[in-house]
Amino acid sequence: MLKIINIYKTFNPGTANQVKALQGVSCEVEEGSFVAIVGTNGSGKSSLLNAVAGTFIPDLGKIILDRMDITKFPEYKRAKHLGRVFQNPFTGTAPDMTIAENLTLASKRGQSRGLGWAIPKSVLKEFQKRVKPLNMRLEDRLENPMGKLSGGQRQALTLLMASWQKPKLLLLDEHTAALDPKTANKVIQLTEKVVEKDNITTLMVTHSMQQAVNMGNRILMMHNGKIVYDFEGDDKKRLKVNDLLSLFDEIRRKEQINLSTAEMLEKNYI
Amino acid sequence: MTLLIGSITIGLILSLLAVGSYISFRIFKFPDLTTEGSITLGAAIAASLIVYGVHPLIATILAFAGGFVAGGITGLLHTKFKINGLLAGILVMTALYSVNLHVMGRSNVPLLSDITLITYFEQFADFITPNIESINILGWTASEKDIYVLLFILITIILISIIIYLFFKTNLGTAMRATGDNQQMIKALGVNTNLMIILGLAISNGLIALSGAFLAQYQGFADVQMGIGMVVWGLASVIIGEALLSKKSLGLLITGAIMGSILFRLLVAIALRWGMNPNDLKIITALFVFIALIMPGMLNKFKRKGIC
Ligand SMILES: Nc1ncnc2c1ncn2[C@@H]1O[C@H](COP(=O)(O)OP(=O)(O)OP(=O)(O)O)[C@@H](O)[C@H]1O
Ligand SMILES: [Mg+2]
Repeated sequence: MLKIINIYKTFNPGTANQVKALQGVSCEVEEGSFVAIVGTNGSGKSSLLNAVAGTFIPDLGKIILDRMDITKFPEYKRAKHLGRVFQNPFTGTAPDMTIAENLTLASKRGQSRGLGWAIPKSVLKEFQKRVKPLNMRLEDRLENPMGKLSGGQRQALTLLMASWQKPKLLLLDEHTAALDPKTANKVIQLTEKVVEKDNITTLMVTHSMQQAVNMGNRILMMHNGKIVYDFEGDDKKRLKVNDLLSLFDEIRRKEQINLSTAEMLEKNYI
Repeated sequence: MTLLIGSITIGLILSLLAVGSYISFRIFKFPDLTTEGSITLGAAIAASLIVYGVHPLIATILAFAGGFVAGGITGLLHTKFKINGLLAGILVMTALYSVNLHVMGRSNVPLLSDITLITYFEQFADFITPNIESINILGWTASEKDIYVLLFILITIILISIIIYLFFKTNLGTAMRATGDNQQMIKALGVNTNLMIILGLAISNGLIALSGAFLAQYQGFADVQMGIGMVVWGLASVIIGEALLSKKSLGLLITGAIMGSILFRLLVAIALRWGMNPNDLKIITALFVFIALIMPGMLNKFKRKGIC
């Protein structure tokens, strides 16, 4: 389904702010699989998702989606195949427009937009029908501006919008990180429901080891712009929160060793 | 009375400028300075073509097209060439000054005996009520022709505004509004935001040029200097409109821009009548917009202090 082949990305190359965000990431994601991506801050998780989404074009490497080479596609062109939910609940919706207008924009994802009436009466029923299962009583507020809703409500709607038309791939970047625990839980349940219903291939970045262990069938752990662990099938099923945490510790310890070796070398030779 | 009707008529004509400014400033949040060049461009194209013998309706439509292209170029500079929005507008505005001089062939084109859309409106008045020359309104007498011109322009403006309103309710129009509201979101939903910005600025400046075309025909001349201060003028109208109708729905905001334009024009007429020096007009307009811009923030500050 998705093939990421050896991609590299360096931000601000050649300056003091140079960051090697992705350093040779490769992975293949099968149709219908749900991949959780974990890793320390700055390890390149968002960059990986952004490379797939087209926020930037990688310096090197290829991205193949459903046998299509999308490496050089501009962001808006790939959007046809991708559903996205962002960490910030305000990123995924337009605040000054009504809920109905936001939904209608999402329902036309990747289609050409002509001079047809944006919200014909006939679609309002469908909007209500699909918003109702969120259990947020939003079905009666379709004419309200999006900006009046809470972060959790907006995130739930963003998720609904991202999957309104079945995407080939759903990209979730810490989409519950900014929500309170209860709302986060609700959005996670909704995520499972949405993904299961259409069997959508999903990449989900998360800092919650619990989510990573409970959800999906694969875990990728990233560090320093690389995938350092990849658990699938029975390995993934056996993995517990504590196992993941000890992996993090191990990475940290290795890093310290590396640092102290560097210090030693510095002392001895400079 | 004549003064009042004249002010309202010019206010109505400039309401197209206000609606254009509303599109760029408010819908796209793009501070577009192309305005000063495109309103003159509209006037220049319409006046020159009419003098040349082109039918005024066609001349007016071509004026819209001219503004459309000018705005599109500003959009192109901003999106494709990544030039800062303000600078892109300044570049096009500056270039338009030369273009306008070329279109007119000199710095001023009078339309004395030429047939304009206004002439048609006046002829229509004679046709319907051939015997009446003046009308009595609440004890004031007004020229019947002036009233007809006002009515026709009112109808034209309403029609154009309805078209604009309907356009922004279509799929394309909704995508354009979303581009101004949350670009990241609408990109993720597959919209080419660059194209939306180019198209939006094109429509905005098309309307502004249309305003210039009507203005030239109403005043009876086009002048290369007539665009000066028009950005602030349009902005002032939009701000007054927002104050008049505070609700945030698209229809009301467009209506507000139109009403703001008329009210602003009336205020200016009254101020001039009271003896304000016409030379001070621009600085007072600028001061007015400045106050209107800082007002909401100041009010909030006072409120917060009041609570503490
Ligand atoms: N647009 C950008 N410009 C410059 N540097 C960037 C940009 N995007 C990411 N980076 C840098 O690339 C590195 C990887 O960032 P990335 O956002 O992918 O990390 P992450 O794994 O998502 O971290 P977090 O868990 O904090 O979200 C970081 O050092 C970050 O500062
Ligand atoms: Mg991140």
